[in-house]
Amino acid sequence: MNLLTLLDMAASGLPDRVALGRRTTGTTYSGLLGRARSGAAVLRERNAEELVYLGSNGPAFPVALFAAAWAGVSFVPLNYRLSEEKLLALLAKHPKALVITNGAPPAGQDAISTADWLAGTEEQAQETAPWSDDPDAVAVLLYTSGTGAEPKAAILRHRHLVSYLLGGVEFAGAGEHDAALVSVPPYHIAGIANVLSNVYAGRRLVYLESFSADGWLDCVRAEEITNALVVPTMLARITEQLGDAADADVPTLRSLAYGGAKMPVPVLERAIRLFPGVGFVNAYGLTETSSTIAVLGPEDHRAALQGDPLARSRLNSVGRVLPDIEVRVSDADGAVLSAGQVGEVYVRGPQVSGEYRGAGSVRDADGWFATRDRGWVDEDGYLFIEGRADDTIIRGGENIAPAEIEDVLLEHDAVAEAVVVGVPDERWGYDIAAAVVLRSGHLIEVDELREWVRSRLRSSKTPSLIVFRDELPQTATGKVLRRLVRDDLAGAASPGHRQ
Amino acid sequence: MTDVKVGMRLFSSVGAEVVVVRVPSSPVELSCGGRPMTTESAATDPGDEQEPNTGIQLGKRYVDAESGIELLCTKSGPGELAADGRPLTVKAAHALPASD
Repeated sequence: MNLLTLLDMAASGLPDRVALGRRTTGTTYSGLLGRARSGAAVLRERNAEELVYLGSNGPAFPVALFAAAWAGVSFVPLNYRLSEEKLLALLAKHPKALVITNGAPPAGQDAISTADWLAGTEEQAQETAPWSDDPDAVAVLLYTSGTGAEPKAAILRHRHLVSYLLGGVEFAGAGEHDAALVSVPPYHIAGIANVLSNVYAGRRLVYLESFSADGWLDCVRAEEITNALVVPTMLARITEQLGDAADADVPTLRSLAYGGAKMPVPVLERAIRLFPGVGFVNAYGLTETSSTIAVLGPEDHRAALQGDPLARSRLNSVGRVLPDIEVRVSDADGAVLSAGQVGEVYVRGPQVSGEYRGAGSVRDADGWFATRDRGWVDEDGYLFIEGRADDTIIRGGENIAPAEIEDVLLEHDAVAEAVVVGVPDERWGYDIAAAVVLRSGHLIEVDELREWVRSRLRSSKTPSLIVFRDELPQTATGKVLRRLVRDDLAGAASPGHRQ
Repeated sequence: MTDVKVGMRLFSSVGAEVVVVRVPSSPVELSCGGRPMTTESAATDPGDEQEPNTGIQLGKRYVDAESGIELLCTKSGPGELAADGRPLTVKAAHALPASD
């Protein structure tokens, strides 16, 4: 049971269907399997023990993923946007890897350009040893998105990723004309899951190499895209681009999934109006859980738009967990909490790895993995995520979730982005501070915004400090780097700088 | 049959292949079309005898409620899968929205 088994099944069940690229000129499933075989031969010739992918989004990525699976080497996608220093530090951990890169080959490392990789896998290798069926072999090493300090390499074994697909995707379930647009970064778990789900479903993959809102819309129209996955910042930019348009004019699009960071509800409501024929899906998952573990489906989104107050409140949730996943909310002492009570979210299931290179498994004896997210589950099983446990602000002994305050700030017309953090304070231990990005053309006074929060929450949840910034530091999937905001605001909060 | 493990590939005598997705609670005798499944491919050509829509189908999952064993068909072929003589049933796919 190897990822390649999934591609092999698609190649045998749908050999002539286009798997990658344009409908008229793209690579078929049997062609993709052939490229994986040739890629495995390249890896064996070069004695590669791992395959590092440093390229951008494109067809070289799925070929590399499956070639690594065939050759039995770990696939290690890295963020090509990292600084040279950080990249070299990560590459040093993979000295015997072949590196696929768009840029200059890193010194001292066996490397191949993306173009040469694609050209080299076009020729059909004559003979390659069969792949191993070992479900425990490491399929992917993925550095977690690193909102914390030191990036950690999560280990995803073949059985984890295969379990995710078997639990959530119907084999060859896609229609002949279905096509998925991939715009999420290749070094993110969503980029891996995107390839695997669509290949197993038999859906054509179309890559958008670098995201722009009009580029995305043009591609959806030109390639007759039916399914797409975006991160919240992408959806925000798409809705901004559409402006006052009546609708997005994307007749083929049926499903728009979003995930990777918390989606501001105002952006989502704008999007639902602009994409009236589209089913929205909120997907929640972590690198360590092999991608999605909970979904809020199209029916939930439609009910919310029709004004059902319960459904509307659930737009703030990540929906219900997948059938093979169990979820539990616990307090700091490990006691299991009941519906409606906020605590730390734990998950368990065959797709949950919870294992890091060098550190081993962090799951407990019963297999539960601490997501480090704070949240709660309602009586119907809808999971609400309030943010990272580490982000909770303890102000005068009261636990305050930044998300609640951020949601209120985002409801204001003038606010495009908002992040709330705790800054050291002599009186309260920590006090609440917010960094806000205004929508273009909007101005607002700090006091007016503070009053907006106070009237909706209460004084103890009103930021003492609000600063305006042109942009917030964030990861590629739109997670705000709170650590940097905290440093920024702690400086702004020091005496003499209070705004 | 020896103990099966998750990921193990099993072959019918007439060309079908399955992969073990979930192991049984206790060892079972797996068969396809009345003949034992093997861990080595020893397929004989099924010829034209295969009728459409019978046999086991690519991508379907087959389960035995009693032992808990679950198999994924990775290559279609004629015959019916059984565990200790009990016919396996197709596991219904979850109706989940596409999330990625």
